[in-house]
Amino acid sequence: MSATVCSPPVLQLRRLSCERDGRCLFSGLDLALEAGAAVQIEGANGSGKTTLLRTLIGSAGDYRGEILWRGEPFPRALPRMRSTLLYIGHQAGVRRGLTPLENLAWYGASERDALAALEQVDLYGFEDSSCQQLSAGQNRRVALARLYLPNAPQLWILDEPLAALDVAGVSSLQGQMACHLARGGAILFTSHQPVALANLQHVNLADHEPAGALEPWPGEGDHEYA
Amino acid sequence: MSTPEATRQAPRVDVARNLAARERGGPGFVALLRTELLLALRRRADIANPLLFFVTVLALLPLGVGPEPALLARLAPGMIWVMALLATLLSQESLFRSDFEDGSLEQLTLAPQPLYFAVLAKVAVHWLVTGLPLAMLSPLLGLMLNLPPGGYICLLLSLLLGTASLSLIGAVGAALTVALRRPGLLLALIVMPLYVPVLIFGTGAVQAALDGYAYSVQLAILAALLAGAAALAPLAAAGAIRISTDS
Repeated sequence: MSATVCSPPVLQLRRLSCERDGRCLFSGLDLALEAGAAVQIEGANGSGKTTLLRTLIGSAGDYRGEILWRGEPFPRALPRMRSTLLYIGHQAGVRRGLTPLENLAWYGASERDALAALEQVDLYGFEDSSCQQLSAGQNRRVALARLYLPNAPQLWILDEPLAALDVAGVSSLQGQMACHLARGGAILFTSHQPVALANLQHVNLADHEPAGALEPWPGEGDHEYA
Repeated sequence: MSTPEATRQAPRVDVARNLAARERGGPGFVALLRTELLLALRRRADIANPLLFFVTVLALLPLGVGPEPALLARLAPGMIWVMALLATLLSQESLFRSDFEDGSLEQLTLAPQPLYFAVLAKVAVHWLVTGLPLAMLSPLLGLMLNLPPGGYICLLLSLLLGTASLSLIGAVGAALTVALRRPGLLLALIVMPLYVPVLIFGTGAVQAALDGYAYSVQLAILAALLAGAAALAPLAAAGAIRISTDS
């Protein structure tokens, strides 16, 4: 209630529990992501990091607890939240049949902005070759180039943004994330690597494991499939 | 402040314009249509497959049932329609698959713009590269199968209207089965019953034309089916895509 007073956090979770395939992954997760701050979600493989991110973008609707975007509860806030969201998932949304330039144009970038962004992710000279011919790391960079476009949306939700990147790519991305935070952006990301960012909060999903590791999801079978 | 940041601050006009574009919500319908068309034209084999199937099977038909002109003329409208239907079905399985696998389908569900238009753009392009060429080829195949002269215009018109409905209806099945690794027969089982009315009125129109009756009623019904499908099928497909990506 007090969260809605003057400037509510960009994203706030209250006692959030998520499940996947009838198994509770984590429960009682409280988190507030302020503008200008970043949250790094940690946890072992299969601990629910991706499920958490997909819940926050509204793609996975099976959760308990509350999610608030700028003080407005889900799912009512979803349409407006999505207009300020930049999400890069495991499958990065890079179409193999298009060139990097066309991919960025598909995300609404002008040609000049797209070229500048591709230059910053070290893909200068590849802008017109088909993504099919690029390596996994290069395709990852095409997706990440969206972060370098001018006036990127405020809220970034990134699933393993550092995966498949080389050392130079990692440091460039960290710089870009810092830039984004400096202009009032908010970032929520998962990573197994340490990330050097000021104003970074760590959340380990292992601290939010449900009481019994295989605790059944409440309500499953009672009414859902009845 | 670092140098890249400073350069990003410079083009103020662009900022305003891009912000406006973002308020309007992601890629517009025309941009979606253009991208889909570009992708389709780069996968020429995917375009050629249903057409080759269509032509090959109908070319084999006289070998199978014998070359008597009267028999072929009787079979022609029905066979052309059924083969057009199967060719459409064959090409439908891959409609959303690559987008699902590379994550761009999920990005579309996140766009502020309704998923309806994205689906409509994909289906429109699917029709342009399968249904339209199928319909255009049909008079030639009619000639091969000794279709009587009165049937050609009606065959072409009914296929133009009918294949568009088939593409739209098939998109619902493709969206429902996109998360399955091997949809195979399931897609056919979902979609076939919905294809039936289109097939009935399509062949009915051609048969009426051949018998010398007016066929405008059947064409009007096909057009009505198309209008209904255009309004409802993308909605259903969009819902199915949201279910398929939520897993």
